[in-house]
Amino acid sequence: MPSVLGSVWGPFNLFLEWFGELGLFVGKVLHSAVRRPFEGRELFRQLDEIGSKSLPVVALAGAAIGFVLSLESRSSLVRFGAKSMLPAALVYSIIHETGPIVTGLVVSGRVGAGIGAELGSMKVTEQIDAIEASGVNPYKFLAFTRILACILMLPLLTLAADFCGVLFGWIAETIVEPVSFHRFVTQGFVGAHFNDFLAPTFRTAVFGLIIGTIGCFQGMSTKGGTAGVGLSATSSVVLSSLFVILADVLLVKFILVFFP
Amino acid sequence: MTPMGQEVLPDEQESRAVSAIASSPGTSDAPPVVLKSLHQSFGSQVVLDGIDLTVTNGETLAVLGRSGTGKSVLLKLIIGLQQPGSGSILIHGQEVTHIPLDEMNELRKKMGFLFQHAALYDSLTVEQNVAFPLKRHTKMIESEQGARVKELLASVGMEGDLQKMPSDLSGGMQKRVGLARALALDPTILLLDEPTAGLDPITSAEIDELILKLQEEHDIASIVVTHDLHSAKTIADRIALLHEGRVLIEGTFAELEQSDNEFVSEFLKRDS
Repeated sequence: MPSVLGSVWGPFNLFLEWFGELGLFVGKVLHSAVRRPFEGRELFRQLDEIGSKSLPVVALAGAAIGFVLSLESRSSLVRFGAKSMLPAALVYSIIHETGPIVTGLVVSGRVGAGIGAELGSMKVTEQIDAIEASGVNPYKFLAFTRILACILMLPLLTLAADFCGVLFGWIAETIVEPVSFHRFVTQGFVGAHFNDFLAPTFRTAVFGLIIGTIGCFQGMSTKGGTAGVGLSATSSVVLSSLFVILADVLLVKFILVFFP
Repeated sequence: MTPMGQEVLPDEQESRAVSAIASSPGTSDAPPVVLKSLHQSFGSQVVLDGIDLTVTNGETLAVLGRSGTGKSVLLKLIIGLQQPGSGSILIHGQEVTHIPLDEMNELRKKMGFLFQHAALYDSLTVEQNVAFPLKRHTKMIESEQGARVKELLASVGMEGDLQKMPSDLSGGMQKRVGLARALALDPTILLLDEPTAGLDPITSAEIDELILKLQEEHDIASIVVTHDLHSAKTIADRIALLHEGRVLIEGTFAELEQSDNEFVSEFLKRDS
């Protein structure tokens, strides 16, 4: 019995410890964020790193999802005699769920791993210590700028994924049965409101917060040598993906309550 | 000046540090670095067990000792990268243990730190590495920064490698660039962690010569952590030998050589 308790308590204890350390880390980042200087140059560099450089892969993922969704939905809708609903179903599905979650997961893979590995490598080679020793707060210079860049860029990347999804959904439909893009979009957005667009898109700002925070925390807590860096990169991706999915579930419920 | 070349008893160490503090507390003529009863441990492992040291203006103190005796920890405590378990650290007369981060960052501008493996920012060029502290802490315009970077790199013999990345440099070259970066803000205190570690004897000698040249050009108080006795003999005015978390002996190299302490004799003999 004690061994069973021990085997349950051990991982639970580690989980609580991790959460406690994450809380302390977030506290240090927030404390540093409200003080000058505001690191504008580094923020713009990170906006480019996290935003512009993620755009191709996010657009590709959005396009693939839109294309496949269009082809898959078509056969089902035809079976129920609701073929004309395809544009609306596709747009609703992409804007409400597929676009945001695919963007969140793709960015957590690309950016989460990147931040975890970069900061982990800087930690084990004492570069973070060197930044601190030169009188610069690494929580602001390295962590806050990356987290803020993730928060700002995720909604924009989601818009790009949504656009590519709708565009390639139309291309897939046109291959089977030619229809003008204007007509496809007009049918797609029939009955859609601004709130349909706003809440799911800005939900991804929370995904950005999760990806940036976990990536920076895992990276800056790296221990050991190259193995530690690898572990930080992997754990950044796994944990940020996991928490993005969890946040998605919770936020969908939240959005349904406040934006019915 | 404190008596040199004698084994240091804990009470003696404390009284030296106390007298150094009392002579000029919080004033501009206070010794650049005063350590008093410094303790540090990691879990149950005691690394520093009551260190008392004082470094005066323009003086170079070499800290020697076996691996794991807390030499690098000592430097990290001085620059505030770690907090001591107990004890006192005074930088130019100001107590720095547990001070707010903003105040510590102001003091860090007066200190240059050369890390054991140089710790150059690997995403920045040599020029950008040296310019980093200037961009952050000075109001120099771009052209002034450029001129200062060139001057610093010229002083370490690296003026031709401005656009190289750290990964393109040898260990010795990285140390030179690290030294230029440490000197960027004209520090009054220089902390050097194993400046010649991992370098061949000729490059080590070049680094030693460089440190001597910089000491002549700038009136800096330096603390050099090293395993390299030859280097310590060349660049240091005074040597402190750490053993079991304490300063076992303090003095000039000649004074250490005359010590009849078994550990000191063994330490010096093994290296020679």
